[in-house]
Amino acid sequence: MNDMTKIERAIEMNDMKISAKGVQVYYGDTHAIKDVSVEIEDKTVTAFIGPSGCGKSTFLRCLNRMNDTIDICRVEGDILLDGEDIYDKRVDPVQLRAKVGMVFQKPNPFPKSIYDNIAYGPRIHGLAKNKAELDEIVEKSLRRGAIWDEVKDRLHAPGTGLSGGQQQRLCIARAVATEPEVLLMDEPCSALDPIATAQVEELIDELRQSYSVVIVTHSMQQAARVSQKTAFFHLGNLVEYDDTTKIFTNPEDPRTESYITGRIG
Amino acid sequence: MSAFWLLMIILALAAMGFILGRSRAISSVQGDRRQLHSLPNYYGFNVAMLAFVPAVLMLGAWVIIQPMLISGQVSTHIPEALYEDAGQLNLIMSDVKRVADGLDLAVALGAMTADASSQLNTDTTDIRAMLGEVGVALGGDVDPSVLTAAQEMRAKTVSGNLFMTIVVLVVAGAGFIAAMMMTRGDFRARNAVEGGVKALLIGAASIAILTTVGIVLSLIFNTITFFGLFPAGDFLFGLTWSPEGRGGSEHLGILPLLWGTIYISIVALLVAVPIGLFAAVYLSEYASRATRAFAKPLLEVLAGIPTIVYGLFALTVVGPLLVNFFGADGLGWMQGARSVMTAGLVMGIMLIPFVSSLSDDIINAVPQAMRDGSYGLGATRSETVKQVVLPAALPGIVGAVLLAASRAIGETMIVVMGAGAAARLDLNPFEAMTTVTAKIVSQLTGDSDFASPEALVAFALGMTLFLLTLGLNVLALYIVRKYREQYE
Repeated sequence: MNDMTKIERAIEMNDMKISAKGVQVYYGDTHAIKDVSVEIEDKTVTAFIGPSGCGKSTFLRCLNRMNDTIDICRVEGDILLDGEDIYDKRVDPVQLRAKVGMVFQKPNPFPKSIYDNIAYGPRIHGLAKNKAELDEIVEKSLRRGAIWDEVKDRLHAPGTGLSGGQQQRLCIARAVATEPEVLLMDEPCSALDPIATAQVEELIDELRQSYSVVIVTHSMQQAARVSQKTAFFHLGNLVEYDDTTKIFTNPEDPRTESYITGRIG
Repeated sequence: MSAFWLLMIILALAAMGFILGRSRAISSVQGDRRQLHSLPNYYGFNVAMLAFVPAVLMLGAWVIIQPMLISGQVSTHIPEALYEDAGQLNLIMSDVKRVADGLDLAVALGAMTADASSQLNTDTTDIRAMLGEVGVALGGDVDPSVLTAAQEMRAKTVSGNLFMTIVVLVVAGAGFIAAMMMTRGDFRARNAVEGGVKALLIGAASIAILTTVGIVLSLIFNTITFFGLFPAGDFLFGLTWSPEGRGGSEHLGILPLLWGTIYISIVALLVAVPIGLFAAVYLSEYASRATRAFAKPLLEVLAGIPTIVYGLFALTVVGPLLVNFFGADGLGWMQGARSVMTAGLVMGIMLIPFVSSLSDDIINAVPQAMRDGSYGLGATRSETVKQVVLPAALPGIVGAVLLAASRAIGETMIVVMGAGAAARLDLNPFEAMTTVTAKIVSQLTGDSDFASPEALVAFALGMTLFLLTLGLNVLALYIVRKYREQYE
């Protein structure tokens, strides 16, 4: 891999989708994220790995201001999306979340039909002018979620009736339907069996064509399989951030090496 | 010996049994507690339980059954000429009981000796005057047959009580001894005591169920009696309600009452459901933790206000206020302070905490993952509530509304004070109307004969009401249960 050229190119804003500088997060008195700076590239899968409670999910939720819904959470530092500070007063977190979509650990389809689950976002944001356009968006999203063939005959059946893996792909399709620029995934496969996991991973790889994907995972194999860049978090610190191949073959920090070889975490 | 002292003796026996059983268990293993199957206290409880429970059950049954048996036997002494039907015989038997109790009281107070009391004769003594002196008032002079019956009742009660004392003490002693015999190191006292506790729990549950069954049966039998006296068709489909008092041709049609009930309930729900639901949405989705901790209990205080106080509020505040706007001086729709609107509005206020508290719990039960999913797609709080949270909570909310509706249908005091007593079939919500419950009260508290259709109709009304609220509750529970399955 051409590590050096990539790092140099990081200075140019075009290829950088999200750039976080000196981010601190506090839950009440607890200092959960300590001075984390990360540059996330466009059209790349970035994996966050680290032991439980190391702050990787918390940091992910900072990227679309989901932490705003938690009263006691406080975020400091700068997070820029395409060069604009997302914590600026002028930024509406609701608009931001339409641009930075999120997929959660447990599949959480709404208790509505499959069609309405997908159409939820487009309807809210007025992406479709009429029913035909909405139908088109729903089909396109379900295709991108690699679930169209399984559900095309029962679009009006409840989304909660699908299997776990199908539900998670439905949730990914739902997130894709609002045409976000970045897709955040918080352990999207932890509730899935190996076959469903493989399907979702394949999907993530395809999504890379059009989006910047950030994925939090506990599985180091998964991080190695799907991501191009990997960040290792430990006790609220960003220990190491580099190309995935480098992290898994030749890590610089001894803590990273201990973690990926299974000695800590 | 009276039942009270008998109970005390059994209690003392049980307490003694606890101590003795405990020490016997310990001594049976030479003081090494670890060889006991159960903790020493369980052996004590086992002895106390076996000494106490069977004896007390025996005592209770005896106290209930003995007077019934005795009065059945004694009533054969009353000549048939004195009464025509069972109701009159009951009156005479209650006289007999008063005379018997009065004589006992006179002996106890020292007004006469025990011997003298059993030698009494109606020809030589004015029993009515004599009992009056000790504070027992009788309706008329005592008939010789009544005195004979009373004397026999006294005699039988005395011997019955003696027999009861012996039997109960024998049962208690037998239980005590049997339990002591069982008490050895390897006896599973803990299991025996826990079996007893289980029986206690089953007993408590069955008392609640049996009471319900009893109430329903009494409703059913009285309703059947009523339909024997009054045609069911006229009751169920009659359009007028005007009981005339003493027999004669009557109009006892339930429809005006049912209409009043439903009309007032609808007004109440129209007030309570939107306000309660919006309050619940605010409390569960928007309010900060501090506001919620402060506002929710305050809202629930509404549920603790007695309905009679709501009735006062309807009568003195809401009614006159409505008259100001809709009365003769305003729009002229309203005759007096009592109307469907008055009762409905106040009842609606009463129901707000029901709807809001239940809905709040149900909204909180919607998983946070649903909200996160919606926020994550760029939805606002209001969009999330409208399109995700409320649809997910809807079945539960419907259940809450149906429970509130069955409360509204059963409500009485607010109606009596706020809606008036005139049974009317009318669409104008500013007219006075009345409900099934209010009429049950007025039919049973009047001075009409209890066996007449005017009084018995109350049971038919009660039955109708019961079926109505039962139906609503079953529907509500069905919906709530279906909802629960969705997330578990």
